[in-house]
Amino acid sequence: MTIRYSKDHEYVRLEGDVATVGISHYAQEQLGDVVFVELPAVGKIVEQGGEAAVVESVKAASEVYAPVSGEVVEVNSELEATPATVNEDAEGKGWFLKLKLASQDEFNALMSEADYKAYLESL
Amino acid sequence: MNREGRGATTPITTGTPAPTTFTGNHALELEEGLLFEIGRTEVTGVDIEDAGDFTSRLGGHERKLSLDLPGLAEPEAMRHYVRLSRQNYGIDSGLFPLGSCTMKHNPRLNEKMARLPGFADVHPLQPASTVQGALGVIKELSRWLLSLTGMQAVAFTPKAGAHGELCGMMAIKAAHIANGQKRDIVLVPESAHGTNPATAALIGYQVKSIPARADGTVDVESVKAALSPQVAALMLTNPNTCGLFERDVVEIADAVHAAGAYFYADGANFNAILGKVKVGELGVDAMHINLHKTFSTPHGGGGPGAGPVVLSAALAPFAPVPAVVTDGESLRLVEEEGEAGADQALGRMSAFHGQMGMFVRALSWMLSHGADGMQQASEDAVLSANYIRACLKDVMSVPYGERPAMHEALFDDAWLEGTGLSTLDIAKALIDEGYHPMTVYFPLVVHGAMLIEPTESESKASLDLFIGALRDLAFAAKAGEKERFLGAPHYAPRRRLDETRAARAPVLRWTRPPLAEAAE
Repeated sequence: MTIRYSKDHEYVRLEGDVATVGISHYAQEQLGDVVFVELPAVGKIVEQGGEAAVVESVKAASEVYAPVSGEVVEVNSELEATPATVNEDAEGKGWFLKLKLASQDEFNALMSEADYKAYLESL
Repeated sequence: MNREGRGATTPITTGTPAPTTFTGNHALELEEGLLFEIGRTEVTGVDIEDAGDFTSRLGGHERKLSLDLPGLAEPEAMRHYVRLSRQNYGIDSGLFPLGSCTMKHNPRLNEKMARLPGFADVHPLQPASTVQGALGVIKELSRWLLSLTGMQAVAFTPKAGAHGELCGMMAIKAAHIANGQKRDIVLVPESAHGTNPATAALIGYQVKSIPARADGTVDVESVKAALSPQVAALMLTNPNTCGLFERDVVEIADAVHAAGAYFYADGANFNAILGKVKVGELGVDAMHINLHKTFSTPHGGGGPGAGPVVLSAALAPFAPVPAVVTDGESLRLVEEEGEAGADQALGRMSAFHGQMGMFVRALSWMLSHGADGMQQASEDAVLSANYIRACLKDVMSVPYGERPAMHEALFDDAWLEGTGLSTLDIAKALIDEGYHPMTVYFPLVVHGAMLIEPTESESKASLDLFIGALRDLAFAAKAGEKERFLGAPHYAPRRRLDETRAARAPVLRWTRPPLAEAAE
């Protein structure tokens, strides 16, 4: 099981060919208290860089971009009732959606955990 | 993902401070309950005669239960609203620095004009021959808007900025359809108003974001790289939401047109360039104009918006109906699509003719200022913003370097580093100083943004007092006076509210507290 990060602060955790997507711990910290999450329909095909979900905090609504392309196979519908989970456990229970990975290359090209950490320090 | 850096909002104090008086009032600051709390169903301010004996023709559909509406005697109703109004803050009570909102003074002359019976007492279904003066106002207002923008046509019916955006983008879509073009992408810069991508998405376009350069303006090369035969339009705000004039706007417009797309300009910041720049000469195809911002008609709870759209020659044929046209010596309305002069009209944006009362107010402002006066208003607005910026930049931090601002002064939160305070805390402390806070955390591309738009309405003394308040807050923040901020607002009718709980568990319905007598 490996994890990769995008420059837009989404993470992808790969298990087999299923990619779990969410926003990073850093992202939730920057957003502040999350109050609403809008998730895509299961079966939707998303393209890398396209809008996959919407996250709204006390301050602003932001798009969550798909860090990799694929078909949505599952969404974390619990977030609709308890959006605070994103703040509490962004990279665990606060995941947004699962994609059937379309391209391993897209995944490989994203940042490793160490690279992402270095990227955050550069901001 | 945005990176504005707002921390979690942990309210230090919630709810009402403990009452220090028997009534809960604090001298001139009066507590006031909800209408439902203070009203009684058995009371009414109006005498209604008993209907006596009558035969109902409602066939048993009469309401059987009481409406349960609160009743108040006239003095009670009067006091209720007067007391509520005293807890409000508006442009009539003080400087209203909300960035991107152009909260300028609403001259009373405008109100006087709007109340003239010939404007106030007309109905949109009256025969045109009986409302020639009102139609004349629309025609004259349109003429001014065209002259100020260098454009070809006006759609005057949109009811607010976002409605105007929708109208302009629908005209663009109609033009592509008429030209047999299938295009599905709209380009929107990162710093755009949130309504831009929302408008494009609402009419079925895919939105593609264009990154900003390090200097806060739109990157021409990124626009060029994103243009393709699939792109329908670019939506750009100029000056942009960072208060910066997009210097490459003509090059951007040329590139957009070369790709067969149209250039939509968001006119929300028109106050900065009023009388200085004709947007038609920049290559704009459509732009909405917020009469409620630039032309001083009341907004922000004080009145309805009005967002006429000016269109280029390419889009003019698609303007919605109605249109006011000259017919011999009189004016008439073209009301149907397909009618002569509206054969390609995109339809209708509103049931009637738009916000007539706002047209009168806006035209009144235009005529009382004249072309030179409007130009000066714009210059004064820009000067005021730069004065604030210059007087605060040694204690607060300014993104995008030394470049002068347009109509609004933008600060980021770098100056708060190490103080343990956030942009939100500064905004709340500003409430204690008697000001409405500036716009915060917008634009999204600036970390902890504070966006201040003073407009031309403020005197130098007023600006100096505001600058003094912010300087004092900045020094206090750096001196570690945390309680002044974290506990703020200390003096407002309510202390800091729990915004998170309000959003996660909003109470949207008032329910009567269980009382024994309420059961009857």
